Amino acid sequence: MSAVMSQTTASAPPQGPGAAGGLTPGATPQAHRRARVPRGDSYHFKPYNVGRWLVWGLYAGVLLVAPLLWTSSLAQTMLSQIGIAIIACLSYNLLLGQGGMLSFGHAVYSGLGGYLAIHTLNAVSAGQLALPVSLIPIVGGLAGLGFAALFGYVSTKKSGTPFAMITLGLGELIWSMSLMLPEFFGGEGGISGNRVAGQPVMGITFGPQIQVYYLIALYCFICTGLMFAFTRTPLGRMLNAVRDNPERVQFIGYDTQWVRFLAFLIAGFFAGVSGGLSALNFEIVTAEVVGAARSGAYLLFTFLGGATFFFGPIIGAVLMVVALVLLSELTKAWLLYLGLTFLFMVMYAPGGFASLIMMNLRVAAFGKLRPLWTSYVALALTGLTALLGGSAMVEMLYHLQLNEALGPQMRYLGMTLDAKGLDAWFGAGFVLVTGGALFELARRQFRREWDQAQEEIEKEIKRRESL
Amino acid sequence: MSTSPFALELRTVRKSFGKSEIIRGAELAVAPGERVAIIGPNGAGKSTLFNLISGRFAPSSGEIRLFGERIDQLAPHQINRRGLSRSFQVSNLFTRLSVFENIRCALLWSMGHRYAFWKFLAGMDELNDRADELLEMLHLDKKRDVPAMNLTYAEARALEIGITIAGGAQVILLDEPTAGMSKSETRRFIQLIREVTEGRTLLTVEHDMGVVFGLADKIAVLVYGEVIAFDTPEAVRANARVQEAYLGSVLAEAQAQGAHA
Repeated sequence: MSAVMSQTTASAPPQGPGAAGGLTPGATPQAHRRARVPRGDSYHFKPYNVGRWLVWGLYAGVLLVAPLLWTSSLAQTMLSQIGIAIIACLSYNLLLGQGGMLSFGHAVYSGLGGYLAIHTLNAVSAGQLALPVSLIPIVGGLAGLGFAALFGYVSTKKSGTPFAMITLGLGELIWSMSLMLPEFFGGEGGISGNRVAGQPVMGITFGPQIQVYYLIALYCFICTGLMFAFTRTPLGRMLNAVRDNPERVQFIGYDTQWVRFLAFLIAGFFAGVSGGLSALNFEIVTAEVVGAARSGAYLLFTFLGGATFFFGPIIGAVLMVVALVLLSELTKAWLLYLGLTFLFMVMYAPGGFASLIMMNLRVAAFGKLRPLWTSYVALALTGLTALLGGSAMVEMLYHLQLNEALGPQMRYLGMTLDAKGLDAWFGAGFVLVTGGALFELARRQFRREWDQAQEEIEKEIKRRESL
Repeated sequence: MSTSPFALELRTVRKSFGKSEIIRGAELAVAPGERVAIIGPNGAGKSTLFNLISGRFAPSSGEIRLFGERIDQLAPHQINRRGLSRSFQVSNLFTRLSVFENIRCALLWSMGHRYAFWKFLAGMDELNDRADELLEMLHLDKKRDVPAMNLTYAEARALEIGITIAGGAQVILLDEPTAGMSKSETRRFIQLIREVTEGRTLLTVEHDMGVVFGLADKIAVLVYGEVIAFDTPEAVRANARVQEAYLGSVLAEAQAQGAHA
């Protein structure tokens, strides 16, 4: 399974420099150079990469159209936050997925970027600085880069567990500094600002949320493109090599510490950009943005989305905002559900949602997905049944603990449950057990069919290889 | 590169781990283009010697010179950039990267791309052509896009050698390149090594005497951390000290084999 999941990060990208160059502003003339006349048999056919244009076009389209489809102010706030989270999670994944560096302190760079950005914004408001508001996220990025240079110089000297410990320590250090230096961090109240500052450019004041959203969307698209481009460069590839086998990297002429350090700088820059954008979005920066909880959220959701594929963290970022904004509104027990989801993901699909998608695409590419449909429906129905029973019990428990004063009656999915009644508990338990048992049966059936499909695919690959 | 007549020179190299001295004043001088097999009983320090030369460990004392330049205090990547490359006894690959990417990574530094993050790999025609050429040479072109961890044992060994020689290093150290291979695989593999290391200085650690006599111009015999003989295979066979200290019987056997081959 893991072999399948890692294939996309691992295997050589299709040779399409023209397409790649056109997509990303980081392209050099070399990327556009036409395939020169080859010697002997080594002619490279370099097709125009239609698929890649399609994917990036779709991405841009979604970013453009999303606020027109969901027009409520809640939706616009969430979309803005998703854009910011995408940059943050992708930058985190440069470390985790691309470089094998488990950082527990990534919020330090996004957070300090945010602080520098809000101070810059206030300087612009006060008329001390003539900088367009739209460029303030870059200030955040440079701040992230600077702090990454400072702290990364220490942490990237190590890899593996020592690296993780140092990032944890640095995170705690900055967190404690935030309480000690209220002039910079603003103490408990944080630092607030006003993003309507300086001269508006082309009538854009960034007063309305929608204008900020499109600024975020633009940054999000460019940053995604730049980070994807990075994975196609010599340093990006050597970062993968360092992840896979740091020892061997030394014996092919590369300094592993330097590779890690440079990658850390780049990740720090993009984290800072996301921090700067969030400063503009919320017009306030409080100490929690550098805290361990934020760092933990980056790790958790990047993992949930899928660290082994470039696009995984984008899914993770969407989930992060949905969970933090919507799920937390829906139920008080949201952290419990989140923890359980994380647990099951680590146990059963360590490649996150991205790997689940890619595995199914692979099965579909070999035309073996159709027979699995019934199993998927069975899994979904039985799983939902078990969830229904289980979450009813969780909600009743939370109700008893937290809302005692409101009496034992509670609403659950349109039903009225008596949290102290034996029949409610018995009913919920029955639904849970039945759903769970049926789910297990469906899972075993699915496992058989899945394994069979995989076996057939392996055979097919062997057959094609021998042609 | 320098006026030194030797590609690689070891002068009274010593290495201790704690109280035990593993390498006790090893001396060796390898001329450019020579193929040297290092043999010796288990625990003689053959792998340690390779680790010292390639910079994995620093020697406790003594000098190691590459084309006359001292390399004994340098980090592995610095030594590699000066033109010395090594392989490992247990295949040491970039497991999740494809075979092609493995070779391309090994080429990057020597082709001057260093830590570049402002240009695309896909646009580097010379690099990509060279990588494909090497894959063909290693007979791995059919496995081009397979992750390295899915290779068979023999293929992984071939890739191991490929990564070692890709950078164009003039001095190549191969640590038991044919360990664990069948007789027929070994024969083919020796041929491959001969091809890809053509014109370079080669040092191998070997147990298989067939390989030693098939590949080496000279044999260095390492016993208890000392080079007790360094000469042509014939002279080493005849060397009384070698026979006495170590492998009279093994050599005789190999000689018989060699006569048949």
